Amino acid sequence: MTARGAGSAGTGARSSRARTGSGAAARVGAAERSGAAARVGAAERSGAAARVGAAERSARSSRADVASRQDSDDGGSVPAPAPPGGPGGRRRHLLSIDDLGAEGIATVLRLSDRFVEVARRSIPKVPALRGRTVASVFAESSTRTRLSFETAARRLSADVISFSPAGSSLAKGESLRDTVETVAAMGVDCFVVRHGCAGVPAQVAGWTGASVVNAGDGWHEHPTQALLDCATIRQVLAERDGLAVDDVGVDGFVGLRVAIVGDVAHSRVARSGILALAALGARVTLVAPGSLLPPSLAGWPVEAVTADLDDVLPETDVCYVLRLQTERGAGAFVPSPREYTAGFGLTVRRAALLPDHAMVLHPGPMVRGVEIAAEVADLPRTVVLRQVANGVAVRMAVLFLLLGAEEVTGDA
Amino acid sequence: MPDRPPAPASAPAPWSKTVVIGGGTVVDETGTRQADVLVRDGRVVAVEEGIDIPGGATVLDAGGCLVAPGLVDLHAHLRQPGAEEAETVESGSRAAVLGGFTAVVAMPNTDPPVDSAAVALEVLALGAAALCRVAVAGAITVGRAGERLAPMGELAALGVRLFTDDGAGVQDGGLMRRALDYARGLGVTLAQHCEDRAIAAGGLMHEGDWSARLGLPGVPAAAEEAMVARDIALVAATGAPMHFLHLSCAGSLSLVAAAKAAGMPVTAEVAPHHLALTDAELAAYDPLFKVNPPLRSAGDVAAVRRACATGTVDAVATDHAPHAAHTKEAPLDEAPSGMLGLQTAWPVALAALHRGDPGLGADGETVPALSVADVIGLLSWRPARIAGLDRASGGDQGGPVVAGAPANLCVLDPAHAWTVEARALASRSGNSPWRGRTLTGAVRHTVVAGEPVVIGGEAQR
Repeated sequence: MTARGAGSAGTGARSSRARTGSGAAARVGAAERSGAAARVGAAERSGAAARVGAAERSARSSRADVASRQDSDDGGSVPAPAPPGGPGGRRRHLLSIDDLGAEGIATVLRLSDRFVEVARRSIPKVPALRGRTVASVFAESSTRTRLSFETAARRLSADVISFSPAGSSLAKGESLRDTVETVAAMGVDCFVVRHGCAGVPAQVAGWTGASVVNAGDGWHEHPTQALLDCATIRQVLAERDGLAVDDVGVDGFVGLRVAIVGDVAHSRVARSGILALAALGARVTLVAPGSLLPPSLAGWPVEAVTADLDDVLPETDVCYVLRLQTERGAGAFVPSPREYTAGFGLTVRRAALLPDHAMVLHPGPMVRGVEIAAEVADLPRTVVLRQVANGVAVRMAVLFLLLGAEEVTGDA
Repeated sequence: MPDRPPAPASAPAPWSKTVVIGGGTVVDETGTRQADVLVRDGRVVAVEEGIDIPGGATVLDAGGCLVAPGLVDLHAHLRQPGAEEAETVESGSRAAVLGGFTAVVAMPNTDPPVDSAAVALEVLALGAAALCRVAVAGAITVGRAGERLAPMGELAALGVRLFTDDGAGVQDGGLMRRALDYARGLGVTLAQHCEDRAIAAGGLMHEGDWSARLGLPGVPAAAEEAMVARDIALVAATGAPMHFLHLSCAGSLSLVAAAKAAGMPVTAEVAPHHLALTDAELAAYDPLFKVNPPLRSAGDVAAVRRACATGTVDAVATDHAPHAAHTKEAPLDEAPSGMLGLQTAWPVALAALHRGDPGLGADGETVPALSVADVIGLLSWRPARIAGLDRASGGDQGGPVVAGAPANLCVLDPAHAWTVEARALASRSGNSPWRGRTLTGAVRHTVVAGEPVVIGGEAQR
């Protein structure tokens, strides 16, 4: 669990943290009066945490193989990462939606509902992660995601270290690995990593003993965005059917017709979203010009791919609009924003093709007038602000599952 | 053709002592036979069964092994001058002889690059003290910038036979055409790193199922194929010979096969990693597996192996590319491309091309197996000819193993299994894609100009 160089101090910290975590978990259960909260404290947490651990183990068996190969070569300068799930060496990460699976996603959604309630309290804070340290390492600019994660960590009473390249050692030429290990040596339990290149969160997971949450890596994945999108869809479905969100589970996703529109090729939001929605049983259709589709869709759980948005909208329950990159000239993937809007923008006319119950999501930041008309962005069915609001609760759930459930699961 | 010196300045002085390589099976282009090999004063003196061991002779046990002409690497990045942190001519040559190579062609993408006689002479001088013969390739364009021709005549006069801007392809087709015309007059061969930069568009791995899933920008096979196609057209236009470096895609090999069938003077090499590793290796985002050309699909791996079996491929060349450890522990978009290859080429080629070991990239594909002799040919006498280091060209490499021949020999154990560990790698860098893995096939001894520089898998200096 400890980063290299942290040594015995880290071990001591771990045992004290384990006690803190246990007490905090008990307090979460005790403070809540409802039975639902008690369920979080016991059954969900144990099931969910175990699930995260298992998923991570299976998803990265090949990575573990690679890691062990690397270690043998480093002449002992890097301690071999403890085997996942091994005694005292459990490391849990959220690098991809695949690390969760359907059951893990459902657990995060249920738990995030509990944390939505926390947010409504006069003091929106629980001591679940007291004594834990979360480091946010954002090597790519992001205000929304970073604030969302840091708010989530603070509401769980974790300490937060914040790090970005501007004015940092990275700007002075220090390597990312050295930077991460330096921060890890300060005693970090979890790195929240955003980077412009795919795979950096996985690399960070290999360099430290801390948990790692992928906060967006290149075109690869942005799992917490997909989770907050699913949480938002679930809320809207529950309200539509007049049910409490607690009671609907994730059955509402089965057969849900989702159209993901726009730049799928360069979208980590799309990759995580497709995996999450498909895992829950939704039927995903991609709508994009050929130049914005990935080079291969082999193995992608999508039902259809089309360039005809008008044809898809009447059969759509959820229209997920992606942001268009606005490079010009030879770097552009479409001739012009105007032509893109004509073919793929969610215009007022097109929005009227959607069924009455359909909702519109967008990961932000929106470019009004390009991928989505300003009028459509302001429609009640467009739930962008709810997505943002759910971000904090979902990230609280993820951090809690990764860091707060150690004693409860019993598999440490 | 202008006069050329008979041998580059890097030829090591012959070793005067007597060596007997006993109990092995001699394999060369002429065939296979049980024989001992007696070496004295840098030359093979006798090749026959039951040679009496002269007093004072060094005896190298070759029981269970193949005694072959030393391997010849057409493609090694020795990093000197400019990146001595990653490799030097000396450390690279040590890795070479431990891998059974008795000669390597040093690539010119050093800093400064080999685009002048001064730099070529520096590398040749370093090579004279190295453990094996070091030939030097020159750059096609000044600074490898792809803008104007490097002084190829000046370099050819020093014995340089291969020219390449490797690390990048010559993007300007007009300039490449002119280079081919000029090279034809010098009697040298141009070697192309085939990569259309605009099509490659900054990709970090092979474009395909894996790049799509991993969210990494891909280099499509078309980036390589387009330049192969262009250059074949230029060979047709100029009549100049052309060597294709590290071909990695099925489409490129089809183009080369067609050009050869049409009688065009083209040759092609493939790298060991393209025989045995696929783009799936990138699944853990480890920059160790970032290489250019990138690791391709399983179908490409099978096609590369088939092209070795059909004769489309003339050589297996390592593209040995050392990089200091810290440069590889970086995000994939910052880490340099390349992997070590000299010490693992023989076992990897043997596993992929002869034994067809499972788990090496082409599972589920049917690929004809090569004989052990054919595998050695791809690593020894065939590349020796392309480099102009064979005896017919006035060189001393590639065999055959007969009395009177220069004693550049390797003794290859096809059955010995070993685990690739950092301490076994002589390179100054550790970026072997095979580290931690067990390979079957080892180099027992290497003899360079009569001197046993590797005995029992240990470098002697």
